[in-house]
Amino acid sequence: MKNPEEIFELLKSEFGNTILGLEKETPTEPIITVDPMQINKVGLFLRNNNTLKFDSLMVLSGVDDANGTKIKDEDGTEMISGGTLSVYYHLHSTNLKHKITLKVSTPRETPQVESVYNVWRTSDWHEREAFDMFGIIFLNHPDLRRILMPYDWEAGYPLRKDYKNPEFYKGMKVPY
Amino acid sequence: MPLKTETMVLNMGPQHPSTHGVLRLELEIEGELILSVKPHIGYLHRCFEKHAEAMTYPQVIPYTDRLDYLAAMGNNFGYVIAVEKLLGIQIPERVEYIRVIMAELQRIASHLVAIATNGADIGALTPFLYLFRDREYILSLFEMTCGARMLYNYMWIGGLSHDIHPDFVRKTKEFINHFRPTIVELNNLLTFNKIFIERTANVGILPLDTAINFGASGPVLRGSGLSFDVRREDPYSIYNRFDFEIPTGKGLVGAVGDCWDRYYVRVLEMEQSLCIIEQAIDNIPEGDVKSAIPKRIKPPKGTVYARVENPRGELGYFIISDGNINPFRVKVRAPSFVNLEVMGELCKGHLVADVIAILGSLDIVLGEIDR
Repeated sequence: MKNPEEIFELLKSEFGNTILGLEKETPTEPIITVDPMQINKVGLFLRNNNTLKFDSLMVLSGVDDANGTKIKDEDGTEMISGGTLSVYYHLHSTNLKHKITLKVSTPRETPQVESVYNVWRTSDWHEREAFDMFGIIFLNHPDLRRILMPYDWEAGYPLRKDYKNPEFYKGMKVPY
Repeated sequence: MPLKTETMVLNMGPQHPSTHGVLRLELEIEGELILSVKPHIGYLHRCFEKHAEAMTYPQVIPYTDRLDYLAAMGNNFGYVIAVEKLLGIQIPERVEYIRVIMAELQRIASHLVAIATNGADIGALTPFLYLFRDREYILSLFEMTCGARMLYNYMWIGGLSHDIHPDFVRKTKEFINHFRPTIVELNNLLTFNKIFIERTANVGILPLDTAINFGASGPVLRGSGLSFDVRREDPYSIYNRFDFEIPTGKGLVGAVGDCWDRYYVRVLEMEQSLCIIEQAIDNIPEGDVKSAIPKRIKPPKGTVYARVENPRGELGYFIISDGNINPFRVKVRAPSFVNLEVMGELCKGHLVADVIAILGSLDIVLGEIDR
């Protein structure tokens, strides 16, 4: 069983600059930030290393950080430009009983993150959901389609903070 | 010359009695044989996570009821624990005890539906009626406590919406005495019924490493033989004070991790829940259930991931607070959502009729899958 600082040191010595930092602020549990293009390698290491054995991905969540500049349109709706979208990975080891949270941030305009499909198979639907809700592209995901929204939803990504409901979907009025 | 065969695509659902809601399974079949199964979800998407961002923290609670509508107490429980962790508040003992009793009653009620529908899908209609009769008992207990039978909004941040009724303790004990023999009856009627075993043993075998890799939790994971329970692994509330066993699949009538094992884990879990309730019911301390409810709920900046053992598995709430009165982001790790992923893996090489048995043994609720 290792605490987050030890895991961070171990990752740092293995991957160097790929590991961007350790956030420690109460009440938050410690979060290790990782380069979005290296998350797959880091994930494989976390799963296969004998002292870590993170065999279970509890949850993968997309988040819109909404940290870009807010621009107001003429009709009063707000748009966000710049900033980042993030993905959080909550890992757990069923064997060694420790937990850790990873985070990757990717630019809002071209959100790309490596898929961890081959590390934890459960990430399949979680990644599809993050794609569906935030438009984050998971590279090397075998089947990146919308999952909760209709497959032909064209009005954007609903959980982004500047999402605007469309007037109509296939001739049906959307706002009720 | 080999016979030329063609595969056929068959849609099961979205309106189908044994998909337990609006789920569509796209079956690719060759005769009766399943080649692949693709679940299509989202028919019940109600934008819970988007709504939650527009609500204050307490206003989200009634919406959590509607995720897993068969285990609304458990949903409330996970959410309030997450927010309490963010706020860092202490909960009165009385509240903790009542919460645990409610959550365990809810677990029994939920497993009763799971077992009943699993049997009914396969054709055992008699147990269905017996089990719903017993579930009614629990629903009356809830109704007596908070007025609602399904969607309770009972657990509030820092407390409860109502104290228990003066008759609650007596009636709960009555229920325990009434329910113990029913489990024996259930075992005679359904569990060890030859037809039921024929339909479920050695069907849909889920190996343990696959189960972990697919993130399965709850009875689906335990049915595969791993003794993993969030109540024991990552104790929340006051679960570390109670003695209870964690039943796992042993492969009594077939291979470990088959449909029957997942089913039987639920039966054994109901007994354990009774055991926890018995330990808690006589020790409820005196106190006020509303005394610790904060006047103004405005958690500090931060993120929290709290998980509880819901009847269907590990229910987690990932909440990000930006210091406002409404959450910045709420993500629900719904156990059924994750458990359903394994469906495609389980059905390969089985017959069409087995799909129903497998789906029933996974025990999904579309309310929390689609959110």
